[in-house]
Amino acid sequence: MQYDEKRLTRIVATDCGSTTTKAILIEYVDGEYRQTIRGEAPTTVEAPLNDVTKGVINATQEMEELARLMYKNPNIKFMENGEFIIPRKGDIGVDAYVSTSSAGGGLQMMVTGVVASMTGESAERAALGAGAIVMDLISSNDKRMNHEKIERIRHLRPDMILMAGGEDGGTIKHVVEMAELVSGADPKPRLGSAYKLPVIFAGNKEAIGEIKNTLAEKVNLILAENIRPKLETENLGPARDKIHDIFMEHVMQQAPGYNKLMEWTQGPDHKRVPIMPTPAAVGNIMQTIAKNDNIEVVGVDIGGATTDVFSVFTDEYIFNRTVSANLGMSYSISNVLASSGLANIMRWVPFDLDESELRNMIKNKMIRPTTIPSLLEELVLEQAIAKEALRLAFEQHKEFASGLKGMQRQRDISEAFSQSTSGATIVNLMTLDLLVGSGGVLSHAPRRHQTVMMLIDAFLPEGITHLAVDSIFMMPHLGVLSEINAKAATEVFRKDCMVYLGSCVAPVGKGKYGKPALYAKLELPDGSTFEEDIPFGEVRLIPCAGGQIAKATLKTHGSLILDENKAKELSVDLHGGQVGIVLDTRGRRPFTLPADKTIRIQYLKKWMREFKAYPENILV
Amino acid sequence: MGQAYSAGLAVNESTILRKERILPLKGKVLVTKGTKVKGEDVIAETLLPGKVLPFNLANKLGVTPSQLEKYIKIKAGDKITKKTILAENAGFLGLGIFRSEVHSPIEGEVENISAVTGQVLLREPRIPVQVKAFMDGIVTKVLPDEGVVIENKSAYIQGIFGIGDETIGEIKVLVETPDEELDAGKIDESCKGKIIVAGSFIPYHVIDSAIKHGAIAIITGGIDDQDIKKLLGYDIGVAITGHENIGLTIICTEGFGKITMAKKTFDLLKKYDGHKASVHGHTQIRAGVIRPEIIIPLDFEEDELISKEAALPVLEIGTLIRIIRQPHFGSIARVTALPEELTKVESETLVRVLEAEFEDGTRLMLPRANVEVIET
Repeated sequence: MQYDEKRLTRIVATDCGSTTTKAILIEYVDGEYRQTIRGEAPTTVEAPLNDVTKGVINATQEMEELARLMYKNPNIKFMENGEFIIPRKGDIGVDAYVSTSSAGGGLQMMVTGVVASMTGESAERAALGAGAIVMDLISSNDKRMNHEKIERIRHLRPDMILMAGGEDGGTIKHVVEMAELVSGADPKPRLGSAYKLPVIFAGNKEAIGEIKNTLAEKVNLILAENIRPKLETENLGPARDKIHDIFMEHVMQQAPGYNKLMEWTQGPDHKRVPIMPTPAAVGNIMQTIAKNDNIEVVGVDIGGATTDVFSVFTDEYIFNRTVSANLGMSYSISNVLASSGLANIMRWVPFDLDESELRNMIKNKMIRPTTIPSLLEELVLEQAIAKEALRLAFEQHKEFASGLKGMQRQRDISEAFSQSTSGATIVNLMTLDLLVGSGGVLSHAPRRHQTVMMLIDAFLPEGITHLAVDSIFMMPHLGVLSEINAKAATEVFRKDCMVYLGSCVAPVGKGKYGKPALYAKLELPDGSTFEEDIPFGEVRLIPCAGGQIAKATLKTHGSLILDENKAKELSVDLHGGQVGIVLDTRGRRPFTLPADKTIRIQYLKKWMREFKAYPENILV
Repeated sequence: MGQAYSAGLAVNESTILRKERILPLKGKVLVTKGTKVKGEDVIAETLLPGKVLPFNLANKLGVTPSQLEKYIKIKAGDKITKKTILAENAGFLGLGIFRSEVHSPIEGEVENISAVTGQVLLREPRIPVQVKAFMDGIVTKVLPDEGVVIENKSAYIQGIFGIGDETIGEIKVLVETPDEELDAGKIDESCKGKIIVAGSFIPYHVIDSAIKHGAIAIITGGIDDQDIKKLLGYDIGVAITGHENIGLTIICTEGFGKITMAKKTFDLLKKYDGHKASVHGHTQIRAGVIRPEIIIPLDFEEDELISKEAALPVLEIGTLIRIIRQPHFGSIARVTALPEELTKVESETLVRVLEAEFEDGTRLMLPRANVEVIET
């Protein structure tokens, strides 16, 4: 349901996260939608308060107070008796309230398939796309014994299970075998014991009868269209929609206070607006932007516990989302160290640290996740850890965002993947237009320069890429807002959500440190010119404000190239931003750091100085 | 900005505790409302379903799944032993030549037989599970078939991190001061069955000695990350703990590294040296926070069992706080000012700060996020 600006002049949107409930106010002022005020409060889904709406009320009250101050109007009021007043009448009330949620650990799912890399992967893609965390993928051909699979299913206690397997008319036996394992495990839902676990079957339609015989008594069996009706066709939409329905109808009902919250979320005519899982809302807004601007986008949201990576690639706007469930900056920080290894973290740190002290420091952040680095050295270290968490999450994403495995022809349906080779990644950094970062460590870095440095070092963008950051992590709110007013969502996204940081130019190829790599001439809007033949292994930052353009002439040396057509010379417009234009000649494919520690530290300091990332005293 | 500080860990001289003790599956509750229970008492029990063994009977018999029906000797729900014949064929031309039988590989019952896959699901016998009271107290509510609510009055300490399960024993304080590091020489036979209390730190070899001498739990201010790794054989990636089996339970009250135990915590443990306590190391930092607990039951009258309404602690002038990040990690101070405006700290982060006065009279500005409220 879409409403126009006459009916939506003031909207409250909240995101109920695991730890914080973030509220924003969106208003239609002077002919445009803007995000005007924000408030936040601790999420109250757990003991002692056990009611998610308390946190929503607290965050909304903070906004009310700020609105009265901002508009110098003591009469402004959004809520009365602890409930939203809808629709707005003058100073009183709002026209709509919408919300996303990842509280209580978000949506946790288990998926099954016959062949892990085929129907299993399709089921995983559907679940991830719907905003779930996939706890495990169980398939006929995984290496576990059947009794181990049963133990695993019983142990997991997911919110729901998605079962795929078999193309239509294909195997029945293997699909039924998986159903028998699920039935044998007799799994119980994570929240609440009074209802049967929802199990969506989206496999071979000819197996439906047998699946009903096997499962109908033990679980709440829901049928959806086959996710992989043919080997070369992926049909994720219907299963995703079912996941959303069940998330609302069953899972959310079990979380404390959500019954009330679900009644609260409504448009000006009191029609309900479903609560969306936070990552599904982020996916929504990213796809909208990619389609509107005809661009390829990668977005990342690095949180305390998990890191989500989203991408939209190819002419068909293929959307992928991955969740790295154990890569994050607080709860999971210790796991970043375990996954990347100490050496990989320390390669980004320009000073020595005692290993045992460092390990204890990381563990202390894990057990006290809300603390923030007040010392500069701690900040540098946390940002080094962030680079590794982002790198690992992006590697997982690239591997997952691939074409369909097991076939080689190009398809034309919207949700199948076009591909030249079976199973190759569709993430192409050379064609990527926009890289968006969000999450505390990126959005709240003391200097935006640090955000630019972290994004470039972690993602290693190639060719020319525009960099941005979500100013206050507003993407979930805008994702769900687009359900009732797409115009408002995209307007606010451009004007208030995205902070454009600048552009990165990074030639791809090998080179030798000190040898010429990139000749760059930039004619800047203030009339000045930057001109340099930059050696390999350097970084340059040229200030150029947001909304401005520098006319650039770029020429590479040696085997370095600038775009997918292997161009060595380009005349292009480079977009500025809050930080500016970065020329990065450290090479790509591979990107390597000097092996010798002393030399590496020298270079790290040099690059950090160029990036203007840290105060001088830590770089001497 | 909302509340930018941690709620803090509870350290209470005396508090009313309320604990739900619930079976993992429905079963039988063994106590009634009003029963006085000891921590060691079993209050409910049930039978968990046994392990399921998928067994491809059609393959074993050498027939197709659809043919299985002709040869099968069991039906769903049947009890089985290792002698039970699950299926047999009549042999060549029905004459009994090359006749084959398939015996059950386990004892238990038949769960399901599939004519599609030829697979039978066999379930092992049920596994009895008991739930103990864990803490001395009184049963104030019975949740039929599920468990009970037990209440008591206790001296109560929450740890920040722990490993190992629930255990009950006597407290034995082995150090004189909260900043003392526990020495191996202090561990002897007298530690058997005891919950031993260290000060700021306990190194690996002392933990090892405590395990060998039969201590059931250790309470320490700090612990080294690598020592935990040595004890467990793996690195803890995400803090969800409590089911480790290393021979004892460890509760860390402050954090990783050498950190002086908070004076209030130490004084309370010292006061109850020799008293019975119930402790566990269960920790879950994310979604549904669980912290390790030290519960020292006190004498009480039933009419005292009125617990305070749950509320978030308040940060105001005069509040006692503990610093939970470098610099000054572990220090105690009192809030002297709460400036409204955002302030830039050394790392250039713009944060809400507070001014706090340390015990020696010095005053410092600190990020609010890096302190926790000590409830008094």
